[in-house]
Amino acid sequence: MPASAKKDSIIEIRAIAQHDMESGFRYTESGKLIPRDIIRTFTCTYNNVEVFKADFYPGIGANPLIIFTTVAIETGTLEFTWVGDDGYEAVNQAHITVS
Amino acid sequence: MKKETQYHRRHWLKQVQGLGLIAFGFCVNPLNVFAKKADADEAIRKITGGAVIKDGKVTLTIPPLVENGNLVVLKVSVDSPMTANDYVKAIYVIAEGNPLPNIFTAYLTPRSGTANITTRVRLADSQTVWAIAQMSNGSFWKGSAETLVTLSACTELV
Repeated sequence: MPASAKKDSIIEIRAIAQHDMESGFRYTESGKLIPRDIIRTFTCTYNNVEVFKADFYPGIGANPLIIFTTVAIETGTLEFTWVGDDGYEAVNQAHITVS
Repeated sequence: MKKETQYHRRHWLKQVQGLGLIAFGFCVNPLNVFAKKADADEAIRKITGGAVIKDGKVTLTIPPLVENGNLVVLKVSVDSPMTANDYVKAIYVIAEGNPLPNIFTAYLTPRSGTANITTRVRLADSQTVWAIAQMSNGSFWKGSAETLVTLSACTELV
C-alpha cells in the first residue's frame, strides 16, 4: 500500500501471508489424511477501526494473498491481522500520511 | 459330477462379474457430480436465507483455462457507490466443484472505497464459481464465471 495519499482518495492494499494453507484434503503416500491447518480470518483496522475483514476456507491457495481497497481518510496506522488454526496469529502494521 | 462343478463355478463367476459392474457403476455415478452442485446450492441458501438473488452488479473474473488448479487468481468486482447508505456488506465466493463450496467471504464497509477484491484460490475441477454480494439494503446479487482446470488442486500426494 502507498505510504502517503491524498485525503479521501481510494488506496489499494495488497496483503500476503506466508502459510501452507493445508486444506485437509491431502493424503500422505501411506494413505494418512493430513489435517486441516489454514488461516481462518484476515482483519484490517485503520486507526483501530475495522475497515475490512475476510474469512478464508480451505479453498484459498497457499501463501494467501488479498487485495482490497480502502479510503484514505486520515493519517494513521493500518494494522493487518491474520488468525488461523493451531494458534496461528500474525500482525503487521503500515503507516500512512494523508494530506 | 465334473459338469456340475463347472456349472457352479461359471454361475459364481457370473455373479462376481455382476457385482463388479454394480461397483463400477457406483464409481462413475453422475450423482457424484450433482452432489457437489447441491452442496453449493445449499451453501448459497444458507447465506441468503432463501431470499431472491438478482443477476447483475457482480463481476467474477477467473482465467477461462487454468493450468494448475492450485493457485488461480480470482477477482470479484461489485458495482456499488460504496457510500454509507449504499454499500456492499459482504461478498461470498462459492465453488460448485470443490469438496467444500465456500472459498472465502469478504466483509466490507463504507470505508472500503470500492468493492474490488482479488485473491488466489484452489480449484478442484473444471467448474462454475459464484460470487454473491450482499448489499447494505439487504438485497443479494450474483455473478459467476466458468473455468476449465487442467491440473486439479485437491488430488496431489505429498
